[in-house]
Amino acid sequence: MSQRRLIYLDNNATTPCDPRVVDAMIPYFYEKHGNAASRSHQFGWEAEDAVDYAREQIAKLLDVEDKEVIFTSGATESNNLALKGVFEMYAKKGNHIITAETEHKAILDTCGHLEKAGAEVTYLKVKEDGLVDLADLEAAIKPNTILVSLMWANNETGVIQPMREIAMICEKHGVLFHSDATQAVGKIPTHPREIGVHLMSFTAHKMYGPKGVGALYVSRKNPRVKVTAQMDGGGHERGMRSGTLNVPGIVGFGKAAEIAREEMEQDAARLSKLRDHLQAELTKLEETKVNGNEQSRMPHVTNISFKHVEGEGLMMTFNQNIAVSSGSACTSASLEPSYVLVGMGLGDDLAHSSIRFSLGRFTTQEEVDEAIELVRNGVNHMRDLSPIWEMYQDGVDLSKIEWSAH
Amino acid sequence: MAYSEKVLDHFKSPRNVGTLNKDAKNVGTGLVGAPECGDVMRLQIEVDDATGLIKDAKFKTFGCGSAIASSSLATEWLKGKSLDDAMRIDNMDIVEELALPPVKIHCSVLAEDAIKAAIADYQQKNAN
Repeated sequence: MSQRRLIYLDNNATTPCDPRVVDAMIPYFYEKHGNAASRSHQFGWEAEDAVDYAREQIAKLLDVEDKEVIFTSGATESNNLALKGVFEMYAKKGNHIITAETEHKAILDTCGHLEKAGAEVTYLKVKEDGLVDLADLEAAIKPNTILVSLMWANNETGVIQPMREIAMICEKHGVLFHSDATQAVGKIPTHPREIGVHLMSFTAHKMYGPKGVGALYVSRKNPRVKVTAQMDGGGHERGMRSGTLNVPGIVGFGKAAEIAREEMEQDAARLSKLRDHLQAELTKLEETKVNGNEQSRMPHVTNISFKHVEGEGLMMTFNQNIAVSSGSACTSASLEPSYVLVGMGLGDDLAHSSIRFSLGRFTTQEEVDEAIELVRNGVNHMRDLSPIWEMYQDGVDLSKIEWSAH
Repeated sequence: MAYSEKVLDHFKSPRNVGTLNKDAKNVGTGLVGAPECGDVMRLQIEVDDATGLIKDAKFKTFGCGSAIASSSLATEWLKGKSLDDAMRIDNMDIVEELALPPVKIHCSVLAEDAIKAAIADYQQKNAN
């Protein structure tokens, strides 16, 4: 076999850094290496200017004020800062937080931590299409509720929550609204002020920027939100996040935001066509299922279950050529299938059979066509090996079999 | 996690994939695992009435690469063995041969279970 380039369809895990971003960052490693907090010399001023400029670029993308952007090390830190920071800052108002079962671990595990510290947390179930039930949300709000935290778009399915409607409910009840927008920022319009989101987490490496830098948007007026710092030190970032700023990372983050603002629309239009093509071709195979609401979904993502085929095994048929992710956690130590898909009511068997395809700015039509071919062959190969596919074809009712769970 | 060469070999060219007539008296079928757990193995043996030796073995597996390799290897080992010898195949032999990492040991356990289930099915059919 000729040496083929590995096709990357795992852009929800991380995106490659755009070369234009890398170019912007390079001077800040050596020539302009200053500490943005050094107020007494040229190196420091230069670094501070660069950070200010990046903050402006990011604020423009979000249509917010510069000062509302707090730099962190990434979305996990932003989520921790938002949840823990609000819980501590608003302790007098209440201790109840509402989130959903399909949130990222950075939210769920932080909530678990806060429960030990005395928080009361409601984990909303989602509907079969992955969307939060707005009536459930409103019913969950209590006098001691201080925060609702719901993600903008889901990492596994790309499903976009009804952000404006959620924000209106929060506004009506005077509750803060935080959103983990890691998968959405830079790919679809995410304007927290316009929508009514008060805190928003996001990161550079999901939008063609570098790893190790993220931000938390914190509304400064109507309402003025404050979070208790989770890291003590020099009082950087308006006292909310101490620590020397990652200047090259922030410069890259800013450049990535600028590019996203200019190119988001055309990227999304191109990628949704490619994604639709990929999905249409793969669902021509028998017994497939697209997971998540297709009307309210990120343009570059599709999550498909190939029934009677196990996801990790399937990936192994093509992982020399295509990089994707599976909802089958056979790859992880837990052996549990995706809790996001299970939370949407998918049986464990279908969750084990799912593959997430996430396209990106550098994905080409040729790559998608090649991927379709390889995945199709892989599914057919695995079905030839699958006893339950054979039973299904013989008309055996699989739900009637007494399986020996192990 | 990288797979061992042997797992990759069995995965790419699985041995003895197929189906034997489960209604035949000299065929024993073992079906173990559950789709919800991400692994189902069906292992079948065909026993030579005259010699009592396993003359053919076939499998089909729904599962990850290690599960497929474990069952493929099991069918290779079963052929030509007496039922008593087949009963002695231990999951740790499979772990060793395929260099399975700790998180994949359950695949070898499942293969051992499948062997024992197939033998039990054969013995039950031929008890009288």
